Amino acid sequence: MTLRTEPFVINFGPFHPSSHGVFRIRFTLDGEVVVDAEPVFGYLHRGIEKLAEERTYTGVIPLTDRLDYISSMNNNLGYVLAVEKLAGITVPERAQYLRVILAELQRVAAHLISVGAFINECGAFFTPFLYMFREREKIVDLLEMVSGQRLLYNFMRVGGFNQDIPEEFLPAARKIIAKLPAHIDEYDRLLMENEVLLARTKGVGILPKETAISIGAAGPVLRGCGVNWDIRKADPYCVYDRMQFDIPTGTVGDCYDRYRVRVEEMRQSVRIVKQALEALPGGPVKAANVPQILRPPVGEAYARIEAPKGELGFYLVSDGGIAPYRCHIRAPSLINLSALRDMVIGWKLQDAVVTFGSIDITMGEVDR
Amino acid sequence: MTVTLSGNDLARTIGARLPQAVVEANDRWVLVRRESIAQFANFLKNTPELSFDYLNYVTAVDYHDYFELVYQFTALKDNRQVVVKTRCPRNDATVPSITPVYRGADLQEREVFDLMGIKFEGHPNLKRIFLWEGFQGYPLRKDYL
Repeated sequence: MTLRTEPFVINFGPFHPSSHGVFRIRFTLDGEVVVDAEPVFGYLHRGIEKLAEERTYTGVIPLTDRLDYISSMNNNLGYVLAVEKLAGITVPERAQYLRVILAELQRVAAHLISVGAFINECGAFFTPFLYMFREREKIVDLLEMVSGQRLLYNFMRVGGFNQDIPEEFLPAARKIIAKLPAHIDEYDRLLMENEVLLARTKGVGILPKETAISIGAAGPVLRGCGVNWDIRKADPYCVYDRMQFDIPTGTVGDCYDRYRVRVEEMRQSVRIVKQALEALPGGPVKAANVPQILRPPVGEAYARIEAPKGELGFYLVSDGGIAPYRCHIRAPSLINLSALRDMVIGWKLQDAVVTFGSIDITMGEVDR
Repeated sequence: MTVTLSGNDLARTIGARLPQAVVEANDRWVLVRRESIAQFANFLKNTPELSFDYLNYVTAVDYHDYFELVYQFTALKDNRQVVVKTRCPRNDATVPSITPVYRGADLQEREVFDLMGIKFEGHPNLKRIFLWEGFQGYPLRKDYL
């Protein structure tokens, strides 16, 4: 006998422990099975693109902190690269190496949060999360050492940095980087072969390669499907072309693959930081000819970086004034969500939560 | 290193198949007549020697007299990119949607509609994305204070 059921609508979020901020999904369910999912955005919309039009080029940097607020260094980097491209500024080598070091440390910190939160979603409530926060804390300490801030660094400047790193940074960074691989191995031992984790993530929320490309997915979501595409290799910026590292990719594009890719990326980031620390040259950290009030020539520029969540790009238009005429932000978190509906339909609600967690979004960047 | 395909080359390749689609071309971008943008996108994606399969972003800029839409496409397999633009007048802010060709444009076109007030014809679900239904005005326009 078949039981007659009727679809019904529930709201997931906007305030929910698994919604990664203020995000709402209107799920239409048939029993436990998702038949439709409509994401609802805008709860954290602050109008950053409009605000940027009223600030000086330097004044926009703190706004970029508030995009993907768990990887502010990367946001800073993407933005200053765009301004430098627009204004034709060359950055001294030391600053370029420092940017790589800071961006990669930040990537590890961001991936630790995303992996930790993802394991949370799978039901291992807060124990692995706190293990990962232990390591993230040390990285945040390092970033605090250079910038004085723990979350929103506002540290990079057009042309380099305003101040050099303190003396104690390099030994502290070496020490932490030396220990990180052992910690990542520890998580692997705890989680990689864990039966519950495998059961909850293997084969769940599969995103086919073709769909991932057609929606413009980026970062671990795209690489989890087996697409070898990383801006650091494909279109290198700073000194990434001098670094030796691999691009981990998945095979089928399920939640497990995306999780694996993030864990592997942490290892690769550690490799990059090691090389950059060794090769770090001396010299100035800021280009000499950057004026206090920047007026880039009339024109437009698009610069992009591989942020922890994917291709983060800034499209800037200058009218020759002191503020950007237009500042568009290509936010990977928003675009990666395009496939959410495809990935969760037909799965049970609890799998939808895991799948959503595996996309790894930050609402600051989705809503801007 | 990503190679940016010259707008002139692109205009030659596609111009042969879509006469009158291209308004202007230089080495950085190609400006397409707005009626042709969806067809143009279709050619970009489905012509074998081009095969731009990946849409990087869609955005719009308000230049007072007209709106300019900017699209960037990438061909992942050989790492080439191209920038395509189109324009629409302020009093008739309508552009064909490329969402049927590039699904990634879905949320981004909704964003442009929401904040810049450009209507995308043929978009499957064109409604406000960040602001609420019933919000008056389009904040990213230059005349919105």
